[in-house]
Amino acid sequence: MTARLGNWWRIFTRRSPRERQAAPTSVVDETRRPTSPVIDISPDDPIVQYFLSAPGVVELDKLTLQSRALDALRAAGMRLAVPLVSQGELIGVLNLGARLSAQDYSSDDRALLSNLATQAAPALRVAQLVRQQQAELAARERIENELRVARLIQQTLLPKQVPDLLNWTFAARYQPARAVGGDFYDFIELPDGKLGLLIGDVTDKGVPAALVMATTRSILRAAALRMVSPGEVLGRTNDLLCGDIPPNMFVTCLYAILDPATGRLQYANAGHDLPYHRHAEGVAELRARGMPLGLMPGMLYEEKETVLAPGDSVLLYSDGLVEAHNPRREMFGFPRLRELMGGPTPTGDGIIEHLLVELAQWTGSEWEQEDDITLVVFQHAAQTAALPDLPVAELKEPPMHQWRTLAAWNIASEAGNERMAMRRVSEVVAGLNISTRGLQRLQTAVAEATMNAIEHGNKFRAELPVEVEVLASDSAVAVRIRDQDGQTPLPEAQVPDLEAKLAGLQTPRGWGLFLIKNLVDEMNVSSDDAHHTIELILQLEEDDHAS
Amino acid sequence: MPANTFRAVLRRLTSVAIIDLDGEINADAEDVLNTTYAQAAATDARTILLNFAAVDYINSTGIALIVGILAQARKANRELLACGLSEHYVEIFEITRLADFMSIFASEEDALAGVSTKT
Repeated sequence: MTARLGNWWRIFTRRSPRERQAAPTSVVDETRRPTSPVIDISPDDPIVQYFLSAPGVVELDKLTLQSRALDALRAAGMRLAVPLVSQGELIGVLNLGARLSAQDYSSDDRALLSNLATQAAPALRVAQLVRQQQAELAARERIENELRVARLIQQTLLPKQVPDLLNWTFAARYQPARAVGGDFYDFIELPDGKLGLLIGDVTDKGVPAALVMATTRSILRAAALRMVSPGEVLGRTNDLLCGDIPPNMFVTCLYAILDPATGRLQYANAGHDLPYHRHAEGVAELRARGMPLGLMPGMLYEEKETVLAPGDSVLLYSDGLVEAHNPRREMFGFPRLRELMGGPTPTGDGIIEHLLVELAQWTGSEWEQEDDITLVVFQHAAQTAALPDLPVAELKEPPMHQWRTLAAWNIASEAGNERMAMRRVSEVVAGLNISTRGLQRLQTAVAEATMNAIEHGNKFRAELPVEVEVLASDSAVAVRIRDQDGQTPLPEAQVPDLEAKLAGLQTPRGWGLFLIKNLVDEMNVSSDDAHHTIELILQLEEDDHAS
Repeated sequence: MPANTFRAVLRRLTSVAIIDLDGEINADAEDVLNTTYAQAAATDARTILLNFAAVDYINSTGIALIVGILAQARKANRELLACGLSEHYVEIFEITRLADFMSIFASEEDALAGVSTKT
């Protein structure tokens, strides 16, 4: 068809700048591309309006427009132009040079071209839309892949567990935004028995931020293990980072060294949000001056220190919390955070939970988290007595018991399923000599242990089973309840301080393990790489005591 | 699992506000329990009686909710009483020491009569 119509032809398509980047320049098969120069038609060229208002075959020689495109087309030897219009939009132009036979185009030729344009325009439009969609899909996949990589880097490098130090409690939470930011935190065991605590935030998001975070963390760790001064650690890290960090990126960071024996806390700050120190008289900001890392070498970092008395706690946090917005576009803000820290706040992990609940109430249910939120809390424990005889050791079969399994089953990790475990256990042990009171105690202990596994171990992931096994010996019944989490350490069972809870100084929660311990004759806890197991043992009644 | 149909109904008798609790006291009971307690606290009653006669299950989260209510009551200088607990849950209240901070009566009548003997 092209040969019969003329020796010059070309389809020019109009594309947005984004399409120009994302898609090839023509829908024409590579092998059939002409070698004529491409003529771009500017969107504000008068010829565009003319093509839109006068569809059909246009004889270029007869046009009298002041148009650069028209001049270019004529210069290229074009005689006819056939606008391709779809839904009121000019999506391309079919241009033809002189007829090969040297005759003028006939009315049949024009009718044919007009018909061709009518049919080609919608087809071309569909092709453009498909290509646009493909490009957008590919771009989305690229972004998702980048986010996956960024999440992976970050989650790999964040600590898997919090430190376990006598008289100190630690809790940390990292809640990534969809577009992963560059938050990080770390606990560094120092050679002299002290503990390094680190929180930081890289400007930017995604893979670049994650890579800078990884680099910064490595440099900081290495410096922390060689130097004893927090200010020097930040100074050294800054000098090394300046050579490696991309332009326009920097890192805010707070580094502190805690002496667990004395409560002494030394700290230096590279432009990070000021930590809050909650003590008996109120809440104080831990201030120390210093520029963010990576901006310029040779910076000095002021070093300060304080002492954490028993009951004192410190909150380290990233700006994702204070810069969260509510539906009225108001920021959560520092004053609100400080007020919450000074109010009747619970302790330890309860502080984090309390803050996140307050944040959720303030932002509302429709909130999409704008930035990563990282919270680290550490507290000098008040003098609460740990349960002295709570065995947290490998499960060992007591020699006096020859256990036989009565039943074993799995339940899905969904809230409320602990009632199923209770019922099933009571059915299984129905034939054993257990008093009504003993059975009720066992049922409640089973429910609490199961709930613990569902909530804390399996984190309500329904696909992760809670494994329940009921065993009996001649003198006792045992129930073993196992979750699928070997990473998170089980919280320590402590005697709850009811006075502190009633005074609002501690979370009202935290009764589960304590109840279990007090309801059965023996509770054993064990952990391996993939599971926590709680074993509950109840002695059977003598025959004449059973009810 | 079927949804928890926990209910709490506020009654007022002379100077005592009575909250009749019905169902399971677990995490799902939080809103209903706290709302009803707030209604009771909005009255001028100095004594609030929690009636557990129709409660068949309280888990550790439920215990925490009761601790929260007890904390509110103490802060406002209100007396919080309990009645109708089964033997098992009386034992739980003793283990948790809630019984040290709220008087427990066998029945509503006992509580209202001001019987001081704890069950």
